[in-house]
Amino acid sequence: MVRVDDVAIHGYGGYIPVYRIRAVEIAKVWGTDERELPVEEKTVAGPDEDAATMSVEAARYALRRAGINPKQIGAIHVGSESKPYAVKPTGTIVAEAIGAGPKVSASDLEFACKAGTEALQFVAGLVSSGRIEYGLAIGADTAQGRPGDALEYTAASGAAAFVVGRMDERAVAAMEAWTSYVTDTPDFWRRAHERYPSHTARFTGQPAYFRHIIGAVKQLLDEDGYSLDDVDYVVFHQPNVKFPLAAAKALKIPLEKLKTGLVSGFLGNTYAACSLLGLVRVLDHAKPGERILLASYGSGAGSDAYIFRVLDGIEEKRDKAPRLDALIGRKRYVSYATYARFRGKINMG
Amino acid sequence: MGRVYVAGVGLTKVAEHWERSLENLMAEAAVAAVRDAGVSGVDAIYVGNMVGEVLQEQAHLGAIISEAIGMNGVPAFRVEASEASGAAALYSASMEIAAGRADAVLVVGGEKLSDGLAEEVESALMMGGRNDQVAAAGASFLSLNALLYRLYIRHHDSSEEEVAMFPVLSHEHAAGVPHAQYPFKITLDKVMASPYVAKPLRRFETAGIGDGAAALLLVGERLAGKLDSPKTELHIAASTDYLSPFDREDPLFFSALARAANEALRYAGIERGEVGIIELHDATSIMAALSLESSGFSGKGQAGKMAHAGEFNLNGTYPVNTFGGLKARGHPIGATAIYQVAELHLQLTNRAGKNQVDGRKAGMAQSLGGVAATAVVTVLKQA
Repeated sequence: MVRVDDVAIHGYGGYIPVYRIRAVEIAKVWGTDERELPVEEKTVAGPDEDAATMSVEAARYALRRAGINPKQIGAIHVGSESKPYAVKPTGTIVAEAIGAGPKVSASDLEFACKAGTEALQFVAGLVSSGRIEYGLAIGADTAQGRPGDALEYTAASGAAAFVVGRMDERAVAAMEAWTSYVTDTPDFWRRAHERYPSHTARFTGQPAYFRHIIGAVKQLLDEDGYSLDDVDYVVFHQPNVKFPLAAAKALKIPLEKLKTGLVSGFLGNTYAACSLLGLVRVLDHAKPGERILLASYGSGAGSDAYIFRVLDGIEEKRDKAPRLDALIGRKRYVSYATYARFRGKINMG
Repeated sequence: MGRVYVAGVGLTKVAEHWERSLENLMAEAAVAAVRDAGVSGVDAIYVGNMVGEVLQEQAHLGAIISEAIGMNGVPAFRVEASEASGAAALYSASMEIAAGRADAVLVVGGEKLSDGLAEEVESALMMGGRNDQVAAAGASFLSLNALLYRLYIRHHDSSEEEVAMFPVLSHEHAAGVPHAQYPFKITLDKVMASPYVAKPLRRFETAGIGDGAAALLLVGERLAGKLDSPKTELHIAASTDYLSPFDREDPLFFSALARAANEALRYAGIERGEVGIIELHDATSIMAALSLESSGFSGKGQAGKMAHAGEFNLNGTYPVNTFGGLKARGHPIGATAIYQVAELHLQLTNRAGKNQVDGRKAGMAQSLGGVAATAVVTVLKQA
């Protein structure tokens, strides 16, 4: 029903900051047992980075791979829950920085951690309807966890960008199908003017993350006649390492299919960029003809599930920009004190 | 004083019931107990619940439950005594029958903890201690239990491995129990490897957070003879102690529990050795050990050794927590005592399924509030 015939990814780019903080470093401050840490380490945006700058970095990589003129981009949608401005779009900053526009539609989207895959739906829809030639979909966040809260171990920074256009021989991956599964589930939120989000601890699991991811995947398979055997790689939203593994187990997906796209253990949860950075890493490795199942999750709550088929264009385009592993390997560890300064957690009075 | 009988039980599964309300859970258990007993109405309803006013911001649960189950008109009250709230409701209900004022009384215990965040739940439960002195100083029940645990290891010839056997035992008995929250076995190694919540207390030595409701239908002698449902005879006693264990002469001795246990046995007219099953208040491993020792079923410092020796297994001298206890069946606070007594009733009426302990004529449920500042002990005998 929602099978898409003519839309493809032409370029993709992932960006993560150079800084990392180890979970044990955070645990030392709060007295948390090391056995309870959800990830090994997470990315930390530097003092001069935000969702806009990271979006630009990722968009530039995506453009390099797409090999198109930025003026050919007709829409830029940025999904984020950490926009630098409450009012003033991030999309305009990105458009100007990459040399797109002014004939471009630009807007920001918010749906917690699934805003990035939502942006992808928007631009794919515009391409598919013939309104635009190419669109740029971005998920970017500098996620914030309240000091001492469980989220502080995972809330990380990163961005992923995708140039979407009509299918041709140079395309990287065909977007074969997508679906959304959304309910009113208050598992995590941040009210206006609040700095840190609130969450409902264990309620974020079964009735929230698992219900929606599993619901969206089953809905996609049912609607479009795919089976899990048709899929070579699986990427789920990854707020930690445990949840995506448990979701895969519940769906009887071999863990081997998850491995390449599971990056939260060393990146943390980059929110709107999270599952998309998993997709970036899979595209860095996948062979033409292979299929990728992606399911994002956004609190509040919903999941977007996609099927991508990798195309021949991948081989030529993959190394036109740094692979995600190169960025993962390029890292500088910071102490909790430096992290607190970088992320604006020190109250200057 | 007239005799009091349990004539029906109703249990919901202990779980995180995200989609259901406290009222809904209690109504399910209440209706099941009424059906199990085969009565058409009751003379009064007693509701056990501890933190509904905080987590659901709802008081007046007596009238709410009478309305929910279509029994408007009968007197209905909520009784509160911290984690022993269900037992306090049972105590009040049984007094009404013993006094001859009622022939049939419904007791419903219920708690829905999943409506609160973990820290809200912890804070609400701390209302069972002295909020102004102890909780305000930052202590929680877990830290108080950890202090007792340290003291226990220092004063007795015992070890953490011995005390940590109690959660293993409870999980062993919960395996496959349909109404249990954690119906699976765990090993001692797994318990010992779990993270500390307050040293030396480990996560797997503490009961989790769960929702549930349980109900008992009590009848007096006049009605007991007319009902076909299997019945047990109920004897109940209660006592109190200093709120803080550290105000007591011996923090490792729960004198309220000792008094209530002795009295309940005296009312029932049986000796300790005739107690065939014990349902313990194992909110933590150390509470299980201290309870067995305080109520005279184990020598001081010996409970863990006896657990390792199999004395508390289903085929042991005193089988404990035959459906998993607080640790594995679950601990929905105000409902917990009602689960304990309902489970004894199922055992003594030969309806305990694969966990049936045969040949036992009486059982004891120990229900504690705070660090045993309230103790309610119920003895059930085969009728």
